[in-house]
Amino acid sequence: MAATYRLAQLTVHHLAAKQQGAAALHALNLVVEQGEQLALIGPSGAGKTTLLATLACAHQPTSGQLQVLGTDPWALAQDARHRLRARLFLAPQTPPLPPRQRVVTTVLAARLPRWTLWQALSSLFKPAEPRAAFEALARFGLGDKLYARVDRLSGGERQRCGLARVLLSSAEAFLVDEPLSALDPTLAQLTLTALQQEAAARHATLVCSLHQVDIARANFARIVGLRAGRIVFDAPREQVTDAMIDALYLNESMEAPQAAFHETPERLAVGACL
Amino acid sequence: MAAQRHPDPAFRGRIATVVVCLVLLWPMLVYSEFKPWILFDAQSLKSTGAFLADFLTPAHSLEFLQMVLHQTWITVAIATCGLALALLGAIPATLLVTERLSISMLGTGRMRLPARALRQCVRIVLILLRSVPELVWALLFVRIVGLGPTAGVIAIALTYCGMLGKVYAEILESSDAHASDSLLANGSSRLAALLYGALPESAAELVSYTVYRWECAIRGSAVMGFVGAGGLGQRMDESIKMMAGSEVATMLIMFVLLVAAADLVSKWLRKDLV
Repeated sequence: MAATYRLAQLTVHHLAAKQQGAAALHALNLVVEQGEQLALIGPSGAGKTTLLATLACAHQPTSGQLQVLGTDPWALAQDARHRLRARLFLAPQTPPLPPRQRVVTTVLAARLPRWTLWQALSSLFKPAEPRAAFEALARFGLGDKLYARVDRLSGGERQRCGLARVLLSSAEAFLVDEPLSALDPTLAQLTLTALQQEAAARHATLVCSLHQVDIARANFARIVGLRAGRIVFDAPREQVTDAMIDALYLNESMEAPQAAFHETPERLAVGACL
Repeated sequence: MAAQRHPDPAFRGRIATVVVCLVLLWPMLVYSEFKPWILFDAQSLKSTGAFLADFLTPAHSLEFLQMVLHQTWITVAIATCGLALALLGAIPATLLVTERLSISMLGTGRMRLPARALRQCVRIVLILLRSVPELVWALLFVRIVGLGPTAGVIAIALTYCGMLGKVYAEILESSDAHASDSLLANGSSRLAALLYGALPESAAELVSYTVYRWECAIRGSAVMGFVGAGGLGQRMDESIKMMAGSEVATMLIMFVLLVAAADLVSKWLRKDLV
């Protein structure tokens, strides 16, 4: 079976702090097979979002090897790399939906990499595939919102609307960042099931970062724990013990770096008055 | 009891700013020969009085009104044609200049050298276009194409192309990038990301700025009439030279109506978009 991702000693820095400061991800080794589904868990700031962006070729690693669908994206020419991006789908945590756009347009935007410019233009006048958009939305319980404007949606509806895009993309890998953060438990389960079924149906890889550890353990066969930019464990869910989870999230607040003197509240207050 | 007086630490800085401003402003007043008292000299007062008294009864003979309407129409036509031509240049220039939709920056944070060079060149062209005032362009083109509206249209097209290109790019860059970035990261082309991500975010700002510029173009085309570029301004120049206050009054009323109309159009367009 071909691997979707093959990471070896992959180190990634934040774009602004390139080559200096602490790395966002340290020497990661990870192999994800095509069609595999895995959950990415870990405390805030562990590097989950950076890892997903790196897997989406939206973030260039500093060192180490990265193989995406059998090629090294950063060795490719820019055009080829951009075509590779169309085979991956990154769904950010905050849904990237322009508030003044209609839901049907925003969902159909997932088709853009496949459309010609003319198709993209004409779809702004008359939605090109309203049926496909409706079916994708209906999978997330949003069928009645097809022609509503995005700014009329609630936070949870926006999040599911962003995920409905995944279904319309032609991606071979879904990289989903915290898809359930604005959803109640029932909707969360429905939404995750819809994502997993779609990934399974088209044999796409699903990498999903999650804050809800219970949901991750209940739904994903493979769990990867990330902490401070390092993979703490990468195991089938049967082997993930409560102790491992506790260690992953332990002392999160105590290990936070102490604020430097010039950033302490007292000092900031003095600065504000000058 | 100095300890209880709590002297304001910012006070000295403020005094210094006032002094610096005065030192800078005084020579400017001298060099610009700002002598307001000339306004109140007996002879000036007399001629001003006669001119202003004439204002109270705006010219309203049928023949004159027809002429004013015709010239107003020419002025609006100059402004509209000029702006339309300016848009033809400004829209492609915006796409080239804006850093928002750069595929080469995606993941690396750096732009490729040829892309950066092209961007810089277009930016310089835009600066050149708008740094020459439209009045100067008009004077130039009156020499080349002769008296009449053509000179005005070309002058507006050139200056406004520079302004629109710059401000459009800035509006796009200051709007929320999340939607267009996400589309680019998922493999959309630049233009598709513009149409589905960046434009819906800033459409209202772009439209209202364009209508405001149209209003400026109407005023500008009136001013250019003074140098022989046709329209209402040319007639106004003639009336002022003949000290015909009543005619000037009618034309000024026409200007107020035009600007009010532009304001209405802007409001009406924005209501549809916001």
